[in-house]
Amino acid sequence: MELVTFFGVAILAVASALGLVLRRNPIHGALFLVVNLGCVAVLYLLLGAEFLALAQIIIYAGAIMVLFVFAIMVLIPGKEETGPDPLRPQRLLAVPLGAVLLLEAVLVLRSHVVGGGSSRFPGHQPGSPLAAVPPAVRPGGIESVGRLLLGDYLFAFEVTSVLLLAALVGVLTLAKRKAE
Amino acid sequence: MDAALLPLAPLVVVAGTTVVLILLDLLPPRTSKVHLGVVALVGIVATLVSALFLWGRAGRAFSGVVVLDNFALFFDVVICYAVALVLLLSLDYLRRNGMERGEYYILVLFATLGMLLMAHAADLIVIFLALELMSLSLYVLAGFFQARLTAAESAMKYFLLGAFATGFFVYGIALIYGAAGTTALDRVGAALGSATRDPLLLIGLGLLLVGFGFKISSVPFHMWAPDVYEGAPTSVAALIATGSKAAGFAGLLRVLLSTFRGAQPDWTALLWVLAVLTMTVGNVVAIAQSNLKRMLAYSSIAHVGYMLVGVVAGGPLGAGGVLFYLLVYSFATAGAFGVILLLERGRQEAVNQDDYGGLAARHPVLALTLALFLLSLIGMPPTAGFAGKFYLFGAAVRSGYIWLAVIAVLNSAVAAYYYLRVIVYMYMRDQEGVPTEPAPSFAGRLALGIALWGVFQLGLMPAPVLDLAQAAVAPLLR
Amino acid sequence: MSDYVPVLIYAAFIVAFAVMSLGVAALLRPSRSYDAKLQNYECGAEPIGQAWVQFPVGFYLVALVFLLFDLLAVFLFPWALVLRGLGLAAFWAMALFLAILSLGWLYAYREGILEWK
Repeated sequence: MELVTFFGVAILAVASALGLVLRRNPIHGALFLVVNLGCVAVLYLLLGAEFLALAQIIIYAGAIMVLFVFAIMVLIPGKEETGPDPLRPQRLLAVPLGAVLLLEAVLVLRSHVVGGGSSRFPGHQPGSPLAAVPPAVRPGGIESVGRLLLGDYLFAFEVTSVLLLAALVGVLTLAKRKAE
Repeated sequence: MDAALLPLAPLVVVAGTTVVLILLDLLPPRTSKVHLGVVALVGIVATLVSALFLWGRAGRAFSGVVVLDNFALFFDVVICYAVALVLLLSLDYLRRNGMERGEYYILVLFATLGMLLMAHAADLIVIFLALELMSLSLYVLAGFFQARLTAAESAMKYFLLGAFATGFFVYGIALIYGAAGTTALDRVGAALGSATRDPLLLIGLGLLLVGFGFKISSVPFHMWAPDVYEGAPTSVAALIATGSKAAGFAGLLRVLLSTFRGAQPDWTALLWVLAVLTMTVGNVVAIAQSNLKRMLAYSSIAHVGYMLVGVVAGGPLGAGGVLFYLLVYSFATAGAFGVILLLERGRQEAVNQDDYGGLAARHPVLALTLALFLLSLIGMPPTAGFAGKFYLFGAAVRSGYIWLAVIAVLNSAVAAYYYLRVIVYMYMRDQEGVPTEPAPSFAGRLALGIALWGVFQLGLMPAPVLDLAQAAVAPLLR
Repeated sequence: MSDYVPVLIYAAFIVAFAVMSLGVAALLRPSRSYDAKLQNYECGAEPIGQAWVQFPVGFYLVALVFLLFDLLAVFLFPWALVLRGLGLAAFWAMALFLAILSLGWLYAYREGILEWK
């Protein structure tokens, strides 16, 4: 069951990523990205990272994509990418870089899958199905994230709000020019 | 105050001041914001006092993610001095540029909070948050003078490269967490000591070094510095050159000396190369600069190289020397930027060497002040720069890094050339072009006075402060 | 993972509904197209120009502010799940978090981000 879900979602993720890169209409690209982000969220779920999946959907597929679409609407009205590619040399650079990443992925897979894989994390022994672990101690589960946020990382949690406040003031500062 | 919050007093004071500033900014008057600057200054002075008051105390709070020790307190003092100087310089600089807005002071305090937090952080997550809080505020401040085209370029470059460096930093944290199963610095250190050497930990450390290297602008992560310093408001350039660099060193030293002490041979070799590269590139490229802000940017890169010499030397002498040098460097650099800032003509910057021709005849006091700061940056006795370099290079010799010390001394000699060139322009050239109209206000004069006092106090009587600096690194080296 | 089977079934139903209703309609309906059929139904106005026009920058600002508060919302979920176990301390922790952020909201309001000109 998990394997079927994984391959279904993985194929969809790769296909939507290709769609994002290949479509000339930026709005279509953005919509493909939404699909892609959703697929990645499901992959997170398969790994047992519930909180990450939730954040991925709400923040990335939700807010960031709204931002992307607005940015496209504000900056490039009604234009598809046509004509010669101004970034051709950079794109060619992507081929060797992609090859390096692929090689890296293969190496990691060989060392961990073939070697049996050694998990360093408590509460997540390899081979034990995640469903057997109670949700409160399941790493990545929303409850355990909540416990960490309000426990060991309480201070970091509060600093995050200060960071968000600073970001808000910064955004307003930079945006004011446009208003004036 | 609650006992749990006492170790955080400097942080609490700055955070409280920031909240007050935000509320004050919402109230009238909408046009004049000088009072916000004054309130910010009072808050920073209060922070400085609280840090001095707490000296010698140690503690931890919030499950150990924030720590109070002399090391953090020393950095609190350095950062507070730097920020106070910047605030004093900003008071009338903003008015002259018609950019008197409350957000400036709010963002400066947010950046300060990030810097102080960096000094107090004992967990990689908190270090990351501190880094981001500081950086985000500085990105916006760098582009604060939106009317200037260079400001937009400066902010954009700083933001994009900074975000890139942050990516490396977070990846490093992730790898270290993967290897050690924790983000708490002391437990990472324990994992490094116990387990067989895990390559992931070292790769993670390498990525952290990229992030820190960007913040302190060491070669090869220095590219942003000249453009950002040139385009940013001069007061913000001073803040980036002093405060954010000090914060970067605070995080770097705590991670290297305390957490990754077990891997010292590995990172010492790497830092040896980085130190030489940073010194040499900074000094050699600085020679070619005719824009004073760019020259100071490259000079600040070179000074990072000198401080890395101290990190390589290690021990109480080397690390203590770095802390001492940071204080010395902050006074001299903030002072030099201060003179440049006061000499700007109206809305236009006067930052080329030609603008400084014959300055001594027109404004003898300002010229002398700038000359003294530059002499301190060269490392002439009796200024503080001499004492700082003496301790740093001495520590390198004592730890057996003779060649490193030789290269550093040679570099100092090269550096003398471009600093002295400015002095020659001021004293021996005739004035060319439109004369600058300095507008030294009381606040500006006070800032230069404090910086001068620092340069001479630390130059004539360095021993007491050096003892404090060595006491400050003691808890890390234990 | 079995917790998410209902979600999967739900998602399958959504997709199936869309495919079925459109697909069956396409199969069954007669295909006779003429001009009047393609016009707007009843009172809709005829569109002029393209739908893809340049938006005012104001939208982007609102989106940026939305992003920050969206982030806040994400933190509410884990908090709500463990609140019962951790009690009043957790409540005040979140209260402080929200207080700090509402300062930002106040600021945005005062700066006139929400005013439409």
